[in-house]
Amino acid sequence: MEQVKCECGHVNPHGTVFCESCGKPLEEDTSKKLLDMRYEGSARRSQTYNKTIIDKIWNFFSSVKVGVWLIVITLVASAIGTIFPQEMYIPPNVSPAEYYKDQYGWAGKLYYELGFNNLYGSWWYMLLIASIGVSLVICSLDRVIPLYRALQKQGVTRHPTFLQRQRLFSASQVADENRVFSQMKERLIKRRYHVREENGNILAEKGRFSRWGPYVNHIGLIIFLIGAMLRFVPGMYVDKVLWIREGETKEIPGTGGKYFLKNEKFIFEVYEKGKDNEVFNAAIDRVGNGTVAKTYQTNVVLYKRVGPIVPGEEPKLKKVKEYNIRVNEPLKYDHYALYQVDFKMNEPNKMAFNLIDKATNQSFGTVTVDLHNPQSSYNLGNGYRVELLSYFPDFYFDDDGNPATKSKIPNNPAFVFKMITPDKPKGEVSFVAIRQTIEPFGNNKYKMAFAGLDTRNVSGLTVRRDFTLWILGIGGVIFMIGLIQGMYWNHRRIWLQRVNGEVWLAAHTNKNWFGLKNEMKHIIEGTGLAMPIDQAEVEKKAAQGGDRNGATK
Amino acid sequence: MAQLSSTLLYIAFILYLIGTFFFGGAIRDKKEKPSTNRWSMLGIVITIVGFVSQLGYFITRWIAAGHAPVSNLFEFTTFFGMMLVGAFIIIYFIYKISVLGLFTLPVALLVIAYASMFPREITPLIPALQSDWLHIHVTTAAAGEAILAVSFAAGLIYLIRVVDQSKPSKRTFWLEVIMFCLITTLGFVAVSTAFSLADYEAKFTWVDKNKQQAEVVYDMPALVGPHKGTLEKESADRFEPLVHMPAIINAKKLNTVIWSLIGGTVLYLLLRLVLRKRIAAALQPLVKHVNLDLTDEISYRAVAIGFPVFTLGALIFAMIWAQIAWTRFWGWDPKEVWALITWLFYAAFLHLRLSRGWHGEKSAWLAVIGFAIIMFNLVAVNLVIAGLHSYAGS
Repeated sequence: MEQVKCECGHVNPHGTVFCESCGKPLEEDTSKKLLDMRYEGSARRSQTYNKTIIDKIWNFFSSVKVGVWLIVITLVASAIGTIFPQEMYIPPNVSPAEYYKDQYGWAGKLYYELGFNNLYGSWWYMLLIASIGVSLVICSLDRVIPLYRALQKQGVTRHPTFLQRQRLFSASQVADENRVFSQMKERLIKRRYHVREENGNILAEKGRFSRWGPYVNHIGLIIFLIGAMLRFVPGMYVDKVLWIREGETKEIPGTGGKYFLKNEKFIFEVYEKGKDNEVFNAAIDRVGNGTVAKTYQTNVVLYKRVGPIVPGEEPKLKKVKEYNIRVNEPLKYDHYALYQVDFKMNEPNKMAFNLIDKATNQSFGTVTVDLHNPQSSYNLGNGYRVELLSYFPDFYFDDDGNPATKSKIPNNPAFVFKMITPDKPKGEVSFVAIRQTIEPFGNNKYKMAFAGLDTRNVSGLTVRRDFTLWILGIGGVIFMIGLIQGMYWNHRRIWLQRVNGEVWLAAHTNKNWFGLKNEMKHIIEGTGLAMPIDQAEVEKKAAQGGDRNGATK
Repeated sequence: MAQLSSTLLYIAFILYLIGTFFFGGAIRDKKEKPSTNRWSMLGIVITIVGFVSQLGYFITRWIAAGHAPVSNLFEFTTFFGMMLVGAFIIIYFIYKISVLGLFTLPVALLVIAYASMFPREITPLIPALQSDWLHIHVTTAAAGEAILAVSFAAGLIYLIRVVDQSKPSKRTFWLEVIMFCLITTLGFVAVSTAFSLADYEAKFTWVDKNKQQAEVVYDMPALVGPHKGTLEKESADRFEPLVHMPAIINAKKLNTVIWSLIGGTVLYLLLRLVLRKRIAAALQPLVKHVNLDLTDEISYRAVAIGFPVFTLGALIFAMIWAQIAWTRFWGWDPKEVWALITWLFYAAFLHLRLSRGWHGEKSAWLAVIGFAIIMFNLVAVNLVIAGLHSYAGS
C-alpha cells in the first residue's frame, strides 16, 4: 500500500487529507480557508479506492447520501402502509381481495393489487430494511477505523496552517508566555480537559468518547436487526392461540405436551355508575353505562406433565401454580407467557329438554345434553327413552336445504331426537333447534320441550415464547447508550502553541460551538489572550456582503 | 379535586398568554439587551408560574382519577403542551433568548386550546391501559416530542428572519403555508367554541358502509352530510347538508375540517387585510435582532436532546409495553408506524446535518417538516386512521 510521508516525519496511509500527527494538509487545496475536520481528514477506504466491484459496492453503501435515501424511501413506504389497514387488521373471515374493494372502492382495489395490504412483510420492504442494515455496517466501518487511527496518532505540536485554518482561532502577543501557558494549563485541567504537553505546546482534549457514540448506536441497531431476523429461525419463536372454557383443562399448544392449563373462571367487568369512582360518571354517561370494559381476567391453574408421553393415556399432571391472567398481567413460566387477548361470554354448555305429551303437557323426565360431549341415548325409566340421532353444534341449512354444522362450537345447537315411549315403541323423530321444532314424519304425540340452558364463558389466550427478546433488549440498550454518548457529550479540543513569538490559540468541537465559545471565554479571561474569532461566521458575513435583510447586529 | 384541577389548567393557560406578551415586550425594549431586560425576566417568571400551575393541574387530576392523566386525547395533548413549555424553560436557561418564548408559548397555547376541544371528562381506564407503563411510556414520548417541537419554534424563527420578503418566491409561499396551518388551528378552536357556546346539535340517521342504519350527532352545521343522511325529527329545523358523502368517508370529521378551514381562511384573510403584507413579513421585525447561528444551533440542539428521549419513550418503552399488553412488541399499528416514521425522519435530519452539512435554512425547513409529522401522528392518526391506539381519541 502506498504511503505518504509528511514533513514532520509521520507516515500517513494513502488518501489522508491532512497529516494525522501535525495536521499539515497533504493535498493542497487552498480554495477553502477552513479545514474540513470531518473524520479528521483520515483516509477512508471509500474515498481512496474505486476499482473493483467490491470497491464499488463498498463505496455505494458507505455513502451517507445513499443511507439517507434508504431512510427516506423506507419512511415513505411505511407511510403508504398506513393509508388502509394492513391485512392482519381486517376481519379474518373475509377474502382480502373483496374486502379492500368493498370497503375502499377502486383505491382499495389498487392498494390490494399493488400488494400494499401486506406491505411490511413484502420482499421489497424487507430488502429496504436489509439495505439499511448493510449501510449501517459499511458506513460505520468505513469511518470508525480511520477515525480511531487519526485520533490515536494526533500530535500535540501542530503545523501552523492547521491552527490557522481552524474555525476558532486567535493569535496574541503576551508579556509572559510561560505564565500564560501554566495558567491556561491549570484552568483547562480544572475544566476536566485532558492536557498533553510537548515542546512547550499544549493540546487539551475532552469528551473524545462521544465521537464513538454514532458507531456504538449503529452496533445496537445491527444487533436489534439481527434479533428481529432470528424470529424466522424455527424454535426461537412460538405464537399460538388457546381457547379454553371454564372448567376445562387443556394442553397448552406450543409447549410440546409439557404444560397444561385449567380455566377455573373467566371474569368480565364493566365500569358502572355508583360502583366506581364518581369522577368517571360524566365519561360513563357520555358513552353509556356499562359499555366501558374494566376487567378481562382468567383464573387459571398451570399444570406440568409428569412422566413420559404415552399416546392414548390420560396425562399425569402436577400443579405448578395458580394465577389470575389479566390484560397487562400475563402468566409467565419457563419462558412461556400466556396473555389474555379474547373471550366469549355465555357459550352454550348444556341444554335440557323435557319429554312431554303434547296434549296433556305431562312430563316423563328430563334429558340434559352435554353440548361438547353428547350421549347417544338417555334412559328416562318406565320405558321412556330418548335417542340422539344427529347433533349439529353450529346449525344452518346448507345449499341443498339439509341441516349441517358450520363448526364444532355449539353456537346454535340443533338435534334430531328419537323419542321412544311405551305407546310408541318404534319411536317418533323430532328435529329440535332453538325456538324451532320440525316433525319430519308428521304429527307426533310427544315433544322435546326446552327446559333450560347452562352456559360457560370461554377465554381466548395467546401463548408466546420468544427467545429473541433478550437480543432485542441488548440491541436497544446499546443503541440508547450510543445515542446518549454521541448526543449529550461533545468532543472539544484546544491547541495552544508558540509560533514566531506569538501565542496561537485554536479550538475545535464536533458540535455545540456556542458551548465551546462560552467555555473559551471563561478559560482565557484575564490571561491576556485574544478571544478566538469564529472564522466560519466571518466568512459567511463576507460572502453575504453584510446582511441581506438590512438588519445589522 | 377535579374542579381544582380544571381551574389550575385555566390559570396556566392565562399565564402563558400573559408570558407571551412579556416576551414580546422584551424584544421591543431597545434600551437593554433583550436577554437580560426586565420584560424577559418577568416573562420567564410568569411562564414558570404557569408551568407550576399546570403541573398542579396534572397532579390533582392524577389524584382525582387514580391514574396518570394521559389516557385520552385531551389529556395527552394538554400534557404535550405542558412538556413544550417545560422544554422551552430549559432551553431558555441555556441560551437566554426571549424571542424563543414569543414563538414557543403561542404554539403551546394553540396545542392546549386544541386539546380542550375534545371531551374533557376523566375517563376510566380500559384493561389495556391499566399499567404503570401508561405514564412511563406516554410521558416520555410526549416529552421527546415536545423537545423536538422546540426545534420547530427555533426553525420557524430562523425562516422568518432569513426568508426574503421583498418579492414572492417558493420560500415565502411555504412559509405562509406554515402560518396558515397555525391560524387554521386557531380557526378550529374558534369555530368549535362558537358552536358549542350556541349549543348547536343536529341528529342524523344515515346508512353506514355495512349498509346498516346508524345515528350521528353533528355539533356544527352540516355542510357535508353523512351517506344518505336525513335529519331526525327533533333536529328538523337544523341546517340541511349541501352535499352527502359516500359511506366510507367520515362525514362528521370532514365537516369539522371544512369548518376549521373556513374559520382559518377568514382569520387569515382578515389578518392580511389589516397587515397589508404576508404574515411572515409582518412578523419579521420581531426577529430582526436574532443571531442566526445561535438560532440554528438551538434548533439542532433541541433535536440532539429530544431525539434520544423520543426514541426511549416512543419506541423502546412503547415496545416493552406492547409486549406486555398486546403480546408483541411491534405490530405495525398505524400509531407505531408513525412513531417509526418520526424517528426515521429525525435520524435522516441528523445524518444530513452531521455528514452532509445541512445547516441553517435547510435544517430549519427540516425542523418544520419534523414537527408536521409529529402533529400528523397526534391529530390525523388518532382521528382519521383508526388503529389500536384510536381509543386515545374521542
